[in-house]
Amino acid sequence: MADLNEEERQLVDWLADMNEDDALALAKKMLLEDQKDPIRVLELCRMAMDVVGKRFEEGEYFLPELVLAGEMLDNVGAIAKPLIQQGGGAAAQKLGKVLIGTVHGDLHDIGKNIVSFMLDINGFEVKDIGIDVPVAKFIEEIEAYQPDVVGLSGFLTLAFDSMKETITAFDEAGLRDKFKVMIGGGQIDETVRAYTGADAFGVNAVEAVNLCKNWMAAA
Amino acid sequence: MSQMIGPHEQSDAAKAAYDARWERILACVRLEQPDRMPVGLHSFFWPAKYGGISYKELMYDYDKAKQVTLAAAMEFEPDGVYPLILGTTIGRMLEKFEFKQLQWPGHGVGDNQPFQYLDREYMKAEEYDDFLFDPTGFYIHKYLPRILGVFEGFDKLPKFAGMHYLRSMYAMRPFALPEVRASFEKIVAAAEETNTLFAHHVDWVQRLNAAGFPLFNGGVATSPYDILADYFRGATGMMKDLYRHKDKLKLVLDKMATIVTRMVIENAKLANHPIVFIPIHWAPDAFMSQKQFEEFWWPPFRKMLMGMIEADLIPMPMWEADCTKRLEIIKDIPAGKCIYWFERTDLVKAYEVLGDRVALRGNLSPSLLTTGTPAEVDAAVKHLVDNIWNKGGKLILDGAFGIPDETPVDNVRAMFGAARKYAG
Repeated sequence: MADLNEEERQLVDWLADMNEDDALALAKKMLLEDQKDPIRVLELCRMAMDVVGKRFEEGEYFLPELVLAGEMLDNVGAIAKPLIQQGGGAAAQKLGKVLIGTVHGDLHDIGKNIVSFMLDINGFEVKDIGIDVPVAKFIEEIEAYQPDVVGLSGFLTLAFDSMKETITAFDEAGLRDKFKVMIGGGQIDETVRAYTGADAFGVNAVEAVNLCKNWMAAA
Repeated sequence: MSQMIGPHEQSDAAKAAYDARWERILACVRLEQPDRMPVGLHSFFWPAKYGGISYKELMYDYDKAKQVTLAAAMEFEPDGVYPLILGTTIGRMLEKFEFKQLQWPGHGVGDNQPFQYLDREYMKAEEYDDFLFDPTGFYIHKYLPRILGVFEGFDKLPKFAGMHYLRSMYAMRPFALPEVRASFEKIVAAAEETNTLFAHHVDWVQRLNAAGFPLFNGGVATSPYDILADYFRGATGMMKDLYRHKDKLKLVLDKMATIVTRMVIENAKLANHPIVFIPIHWAPDAFMSQKQFEEFWWPPFRKMLMGMIEADLIPMPMWEADCTKRLEIIKDIPAGKCIYWFERTDLVKAYEVLGDRVALRGNLSPSLLTTGTPAEVDAAVKHLVDNIWNKGGKLILDGAFGIPDETPVDNVRAMFGAARKYAG
């Protein structure tokens, strides 16, 4: 962060330190009064999210910080994005495409939403297709979106069979070798990974990000 | 010789078996060695699988539900059984109250899917003040109409606090409103269904007891933080409140601890049973920092635990997910008063930290029980017996969160069989 001026560094620090009121006031001032480049302000947000992710990984931050960081980012984005002129600024290069959803029979989404958010701020393009997703819908969405990674989420024990069924259907549709499959959720462990035929499982959002990063680096 | 439990006859042999089973659990709580390792039977929809009925039937058909759950108890001979009818056969009650916080078979999910909770914001952050000022008023005018359809007319009711003299009658005009009358009529009908449910529950408990099996816990309670996070603010709302409404949140948690402790003690007296099951949702290592746990989660819960212990109750918190980092903190309670049930925390590690403080319950993993073989279940029980029970630990064997819905019956047989084989 050597190339930041004092005000920019302040914004990154306040965002990363969960100082929501000061961070939002400063972001507003920079965008609306000082007319700073909105792309630059969003870049500062991304830097702050890197710090948040690192602190999460190191065990200093937990779910409350990820949720609050996500909301601060949304709030700054809501002001900044309309200010970005058409055609101004090239879209950032994405690391890869991840399709994610909660398997059929299961309505839980808190964990899935946090994983989607963490993937997004870590440079992945994420398509979240919701909860209680039937097998056919996964196949249809995969064919249209062509993801590099498919994430299956589930909180209940019934999700073990739903995940297995979904992954088997990928096989039968001849899609299984086109992407990696990761699973996650409250009861997921190595036994469930082996049972479902997934490539890997993660116990939190950072593990999901690391799995995707490693797969993209190896590809 | 025999005695009657309600209308059901209990033989002397059944009474002796009942007493021995109950004493086994109580000995563990007192940190004394029972004659053999007790085993609990706790489940949600697994009895439907066991008895060959649908999840919907287990939720709606009182007679079938009683039949399959009692049959499971008779086959496995557990030392204590969860109040399975109150826990699951609630479909008719949910329907009559027009309950909005769950989706259940016929109401959002299929006939063979479990009920699932809808995580939503049922109280806004701006309403903390209303709750603090007048919790009962908040319930009557805001909260109950939000979660129970039958209470929808109650938002029209007058504010009671401040009424006096003739005002106490003038103010009552809303009771004559058609929507308020309709609410009252629906509430009476719904309460009758709750009475029916409880009559079946009592009959089921009497049959269970008459056959020689104790109810493991009479009541169920929730920690102050979890009540607020799960049932009021919603998961993400509560997480943001840790930063945005820190001070108010602490006041609400403290007030909730007092309210809930009083309620739990009253309910336990009505149930005439000392053990209270407390599933814990928001304590896991991964959910908040140690500092946040010590600042927000633990103090109101400890207050609740101590209140229950002083009232001669036996709290049985069930620490969901992995709570390894919390063990030293939650150790701060008197010895020989609680059962700590762990879901994914390594039970051997929990024994090392808490063995001289609480009885332990658990914890065969859901993935093992649902996808493993009977031989693998047997080995997992042996591991717990070798490393906890045989070293003097007061272990009550069970699944990590009871028997998962999809568990093959042979794996449950393996669990109970291994308990008898390795620990008496």
